[in-house]
Amino acid sequence: MQTILSNIKSSLWIAGWFMLLTFPLMVVKVDTIEQKIQWRFQNMIWVGAIIFLISFLTRQFNQIKKISEKENIGQNRHRKINLIIQTFHNYKTLSLLISVLVAILFPYIVSAYQVNILTTAMIYVVLGLGLNIVVGLAGLLDLGYVAFYAVGAYGYALLNYHFQINFWMALPICAMLSALFGVALGFPVLRLRGDYLAIVTLGFGEIIRLILENWNAFSFGPSGIANIPRPPIGGFESNIQTASIFMYYLMVLMVLFTIFMVNRLQFSRIGRAWMALREDEIACQAMGIDRTKTKLLAFALGATWAGLMGAIFAAKTTFINPACFTFLESAIILSIVVLGGMGSVLGVILAAFILILLPEFLRAFSEYRMLIFGASMVLMMIFRPQGLISRDSKQYAISSH
Amino acid sequence: MKLFFSFFTLLGIIVFTTVVFAADTINLGVAGAHSGDLASYGIPSARAAELVVANINSRGGILGKKVNVWTEDDACKPELATNTATRLISKGVHVVMGHICSGATKAALGIYKDMNIITMSPSATNPDLTQSGDYPNFFRTIASDDAQARLEVDFALNVLKLKRIAVLHDKGDYGKGLAEFARKFIQQSNKAELVLYEGITPGAVDYSAVIRKIKRSKAEAVIFGGYHPEASKLVSGMRKKRMDTLFISDDGVKDDTFIKVAKKYAEGVYATGPKDVSNNPMTIQATVEHKKKYGDDPGAFFLNAYSATLALLNAIEKSKSTNYQDIKKALQTQFVETPLGNIRFDERGDAVGVGFSMYQVKNGTYVEVK
Amino acid sequence: MMFSDTFSDSVLYFIELLLSGLTRGSIYALIALGYTMVYGIIELINFAHGEIYMIGAFTALIISGIMTMYGFAGLSVFFTAMIIAVLYSSAYGYTIEKIAYKPLRNSPRLSPLISAIGMSIFLQNYVMLAQTSDFMPFPTLIPDFECLSLIDYMIGGPELVILITTVIVMAALSILIKYTRIGKAMRATAQDKTMAMLVGIDINRMISITFIIGSALAAIAGVLIASYIGQINFYIGFIAGIKAFTAAVLGGIGSIPGAVFGGLVLGLTESFATGYVSSDYEDVFAFALLVLILIIRPSGLIGRKMTQKV
Repeated sequence: MQTILSNIKSSLWIAGWFMLLTFPLMVVKVDTIEQKIQWRFQNMIWVGAIIFLISFLTRQFNQIKKISEKENIGQNRHRKINLIIQTFHNYKTLSLLISVLVAILFPYIVSAYQVNILTTAMIYVVLGLGLNIVVGLAGLLDLGYVAFYAVGAYGYALLNYHFQINFWMALPICAMLSALFGVALGFPVLRLRGDYLAIVTLGFGEIIRLILENWNAFSFGPSGIANIPRPPIGGFESNIQTASIFMYYLMVLMVLFTIFMVNRLQFSRIGRAWMALREDEIACQAMGIDRTKTKLLAFALGATWAGLMGAIFAAKTTFINPACFTFLESAIILSIVVLGGMGSVLGVILAAFILILLPEFLRAFSEYRMLIFGASMVLMMIFRPQGLISRDSKQYAISSH
Repeated sequence: MKLFFSFFTLLGIIVFTTVVFAADTINLGVAGAHSGDLASYGIPSARAAELVVANINSRGGILGKKVNVWTEDDACKPELATNTATRLISKGVHVVMGHICSGATKAALGIYKDMNIITMSPSATNPDLTQSGDYPNFFRTIASDDAQARLEVDFALNVLKLKRIAVLHDKGDYGKGLAEFARKFIQQSNKAELVLYEGITPGAVDYSAVIRKIKRSKAEAVIFGGYHPEASKLVSGMRKKRMDTLFISDDGVKDDTFIKVAKKYAEGVYATGPKDVSNNPMTIQATVEHKKKYGDDPGAFFLNAYSATLALLNAIEKSKSTNYQDIKKALQTQFVETPLGNIRFDERGDAVGVGFSMYQVKNGTYVEVK
Repeated sequence: MMFSDTFSDSVLYFIELLLSGLTRGSIYALIALGYTMVYGIIELINFAHGEIYMIGAFTALIISGIMTMYGFAGLSVFFTAMIIAVLYSSAYGYTIEKIAYKPLRNSPRLSPLISAIGMSIFLQNYVMLAQTSDFMPFPTLIPDFECLSLIDYMIGGPELVILITTVIVMAALSILIKYTRIGKAMRATAQDKTMAMLVGIDINRMISITFIIGSALAAIAGVLIASYIGQINFYIGFIAGIKAFTAAVLGGIGSIPGAVFGGLVLGLTESFATGYVSSDYEDVFAFALLVLILIIRPSGLIGRKMTQKV
């Protein structure tokens, strides 16, 4: 039991440590060009004050939590979540109706900007669900998922440029192309475990990006491909407004389709095979499951979704270049899966919205945007490492009626 | 279930964070890379806009109205650029100064074009932007890649009379675009041999391998497309290895920061840049303002952005309206005094009166080569 | 491309590329050691490690800036800046571990990874905002040695210092790990945390020490490379980090000689790829090499074969 005084003391020490730690970078600004130094001591005071407050408040809060936890042992949290889920179950039809209404009317209520970012968020939802198959269900840590995204995008762009293939015809082609690449990635990594797999997939992602960047003759290099046509809506005059709205609806349909497919896959034979693979690879093999086929299928299916999204992405932004497909994108998609809770569809959806819409909301903070974003990622992991909707919390209490 | 709840909450948050601005201000949108690895090329432009607008507002604004700057970050990524564009439009901007990277600009221009918003970039050099005719709403205060490459190659062939040239680039949109043109011009001319054509990776840990390759190719000069960080690394590396290969580069290198970073190794380096600006009083004043407000020297494309902002706001003032056609006509017919000179714009959107000439570093400063 | 060489020219070129590759490889090795040590002890890919390298370089820049302002110069500046950079980077490594990784030690495997990625983004922007987004010139702290002026065109002072430092560091680290008590304790913790606890080893302390040592090495690399290249910027950690991590895995993650070997192999591959093929694809060669080696030897070049207990 720590007294308030001891908390204050520890917080002071921590604040002091941080002030010392950040002293060179925050206080001193050396201009080696002009040969002058700028001392910004007020920064140090700010750092000290903020860290002190955070530290002190966290300690107090933890203390209160510990006391209350000792009295009710942890069941509370599960019970609360179950209660919420139960409430929504009771109002199932009403909730469904309202959400459908909101989804349909949304683009007409809000501005083009918000439709645009929500469409982007939905693209990432599908990407997250796709990666979820590979990472969440099959347990294969893929750090190069963005490669398949790029294959889809460049696939559509190039097919359209060279052969004038329109969007609708290109979609299945891109899907198959990405699936092929998925298998191509899968083969070399069959024997690899855990983090070795991760780095190879990362390498694969980078190789694809670098080839796109350097092989000008094929991919137009860093200048990218411009004027990619939006999907033709047959008859409708296409300007920005209608195109964005159309994209929005298309994505809503894609999201629903993906959720449906992922659900079916999860509870199918192959889905169970993936989960067996994830839990214990050797036992899985001992049970007679073909490891190779299972792994390749996971990669291929995951890649297919990325490919589809890539084509849609190209059509939506009308311009792509290799810089769109960096490792950071893979990292964000992975974060969506982890934050969502590895295997939980709802969680992935929520996480995608949070991670994609958060930087947009933070535009108000202009230059501090990415700083807050990075900090949020760390905080979200610290406070909820199992993800927003973890597998455990899906245990429903059996009600008496 | 939870989906609907979160949807609703999000909806609420989204609606509340939209700010629609009243129509009695002139709204200038500034878009560019303010975070990520290309931030050092976008931040100076944002600052330039802020300085110009602060000056104008202190003198009473334009047409009696205050000017508002809306700065948005696109990190030079096309999809963020489209987000930025739609966001700026939702905010009711009348003109946009940006974007910084050609790729991001291309992505966003379609949106601006549909909404009839004039866009002027200080740094997007891809020739298609003005030459293809696809973007009638686009202007820029920088020479396109082919113009710069033409100048560099002509100088190398006709003035320096070089016979063996190596062309390098930084694999980026700006650098590689320029290098491609340089290669084409050299090969077309038949006056010199292209002994090496390579791209270097920006941010790599060491460049000695490429430098040794340049040495081995026995090139007399290197034409480099890219920005000053890679240029200074290459030049320092070459000079340290006792190579006296000439170094010719572009606007991204004609920057005082290059000289300050490369120090003594910068001596003798050639770079193209807008004609004769260092004596321009506006240039001097703009640089002083930047130093005063931000504490350090202006970075890349600062003067281009300063000029672009001045040109846009001047066009609004002269045409007395924020209408697309009026502004466009004003830009094409009215001259405006900027740090880059007295300029106006041609029918395709390129700046007229921004001459380009070759500079050389002599005794620590860039001196124009006549 | 016309390269009509005499035989001696070719040999010279080869040696030059070799030296280039070793220099580059040494930097990768120094950073890779940090990755591999942290991985060995808590099985985490510390994505923020590249940023610690970058912070080391920036700290050295600031210290040397202050010192040159007050009239110091030469080697005294170099050593002071190096020592302070090492101290600060270690402090950052220690703090980052306590904030972002320690709370997640018993969490699902991927959570600390995401936390690391978030921390990496945070640190990059922190330095960008606290200092500047521009490229800052780094003073040449390593003087040119006169005795080298004859082969100056082939190898310079900084390159030599980098190579020698890496050798010394690796030797020192090996001695530490193999022959000291702390080294033994670290190895024990890496092998089996629970058992180490049971025999009385303070694993928290061991983990912190690992982070501190790893960060110190990264700082040394940062200062060296900054003096060599002459410029730094808040983003350099990202690329160096990915390369170094690749090197660590190449050599077998968790293995200290593996990290060094992997770093050197990677550096040499890139150098030769640039020299004999094209600089455009040097990174592709590096990653392709990685894939190739891992296909043939799934645990890396010197990695221990991980036996899976069923």
